[in-house]
Amino acid sequence: MVSKTQRFILYFSSFFIMVIALFPFYWAIVSSLKSGTDLFRTDFIPPTFAWNNYVEIFKEQPFGRNILNSICVAVGTVSTCLLLAVSAAYSLGRVRFRGRSLLLGSILCVSMFPQVAVLSGMFELIRSLGLYNNLFGLGLSYLIFTLPFTVWILTTFMRQLPKEIEEAAILDGANTWTICFRIFLPLLWPALVTTGLLAFIAAWNEFLFALTFTVEAQSRTVPVAIALMTGASEHELPWGKIMAASVVVTLPLIALVLVFQRRIVSGLTAGAVKG
Amino acid sequence: MNRKPSSQLTRSRIYYAWLFVAPTLIVLSMIAGWPLLRTIWFSLTDISLGNMQEYDFIGIDNFIFLMRDESWWQAVWNTVCFALISVSLETIFGLGIALILHAHFKGRAWVRTAVLIPWAIPTIVSAQMWRWMFNDVYGVINFMLVKIGLISQPLAWTADPFLSMSALIIVDVWKTTPFMALLLLAGLQMLPQECFEAAKVDGIHPIRVFWRVTLPLLKPSITVAVIFRTLDALRVFDIFYILTSGSEDTMSMSVFARQQLFEFQSVGLGSAASTLLFFIIALVSVIFLTLGRTRADAREDH
Repeated sequence: MVSKTQRFILYFSSFFIMVIALFPFYWAIVSSLKSGTDLFRTDFIPPTFAWNNYVEIFKEQPFGRNILNSICVAVGTVSTCLLLAVSAAYSLGRVRFRGRSLLLGSILCVSMFPQVAVLSGMFELIRSLGLYNNLFGLGLSYLIFTLPFTVWILTTFMRQLPKEIEEAAILDGANTWTICFRIFLPLLWPALVTTGLLAFIAAWNEFLFALTFTVEAQSRTVPVAIALMTGASEHELPWGKIMAASVVVTLPLIALVLVFQRRIVSGLTAGAVKG
Repeated sequence: MNRKPSSQLTRSRIYYAWLFVAPTLIVLSMIAGWPLLRTIWFSLTDISLGNMQEYDFIGIDNFIFLMRDESWWQAVWNTVCFALISVSLETIFGLGIALILHAHFKGRAWVRTAVLIPWAIPTIVSAQMWRWMFNDVYGVINFMLVKIGLISQPLAWTADPFLSMSALIIVDVWKTTPFMALLLLAGLQMLPQECFEAAKVDGIHPIRVFWRVTLPLLKPSITVAVIFRTLDALRVFDIFYILTSGSEDTMSMSVFARQQLFEFQSVGLGSAASTLLFFIIALVSVIFLTLGRTRADAREDH
């Protein structure tokens, strides 16, 4: 069916796309394994495997602590977000009431907010709650971009669940709490995994709030730590260490993507296409 | 639809619906609605970071100042240029990749996985990786370009305004084309197969099929993807912050606003810039939505 030239073009462009997609990360790995002056030579395979960059980021700065911070903030945000979103999605997806589409519309609007538009107001809020330079403050602020799209996607999934289940439950005298969290929640597992992963990645990668609402090196999250890494002098950035830190932070994400590829793709497209 | 909630059951369901949606509404109004209103209020005052208790109402002075400020207009121009060029390139490349992934061939799954990786890498990390690759003395990009013979001298990618804008666009296109490609691929997979089979039976050239069948049918998906990406590109912060480290000539609107807020401590002026960005994005969304609606209406009329 497909001619030889077409097949050739297909494979050639696929190869080209893969090289472009993967080369920067490959180059980061190669650079992170070079030490001393090797870094300034453009060898495409490291001459020796030097692990000292990896050792130094954990010794010279609280990078381990930064990773722990990122995990705590992301896990906290994702769990709060899913809890709130499941109950909101139940109302918005299963019950007809006046103002429902207005609510859905305003929630969608929040996801369009530029983060910088709430920056000074959020700064004041977090300071007045005593959460400045605190992981709880960061987790709270992250709900602004994780909650809207989680509610939105879960609502579309809630809507697809069969009506009969709910009717049977009502006849058996189940209350709303039971219907939402005991009956629907288990059925929603696939959707929860998808939205949870997307929210986790978003929280793990967030930079603007993390940069603004933390001051000490101890309370930084990973992206801020990587962005603010400095060397002996201002003009000499420790590129080997920056690349080592980048690789450490990115590997778990790549693992997640490889394992949950299908779920992530379905979540991304569900959010946009059905919206 | 307009039936009144008659039965006891319906009324109690609606009561519980409000109860269950209430926590989300409270949280969102606390962390989104309230801070937005405060930001807009701050933009009308001379508040500074050092003393956020005492400030005076100064009307629209901050906005007047911004209108006369060249560096603000430079930031607006940079952001708009960046958004237009990068979103157009992402649409073209994304469409190409989506078409390739839509074809059946061995190893397609590998390409799809590879394409997802740039999307999964944190923006800060990809910005740092590219900044290292764009390094003027030791960067691999200059090295390769010199080797091929495209340039004779290494280029100062992150210092020169034009080159750094190109670098920013390259990084953004690399990072977000996968998202575009996946959205468009999902759109392609939803298209009715009959049209393509009919075209194949009639022996129409694939390129003609693309222009006459695929592209028109795919238009709704493309529109949605372009809206998402444009709104995203207009609020860009991370890669500008990392790659150009706040140089005057290459700032995005978000970088400008944050610099005013926290580096120059003038919360009033920074909030005014944030507010303007908010309204620009709101305006763009409204334009997109009305354009989409009138076009949909026109289609229904036919």
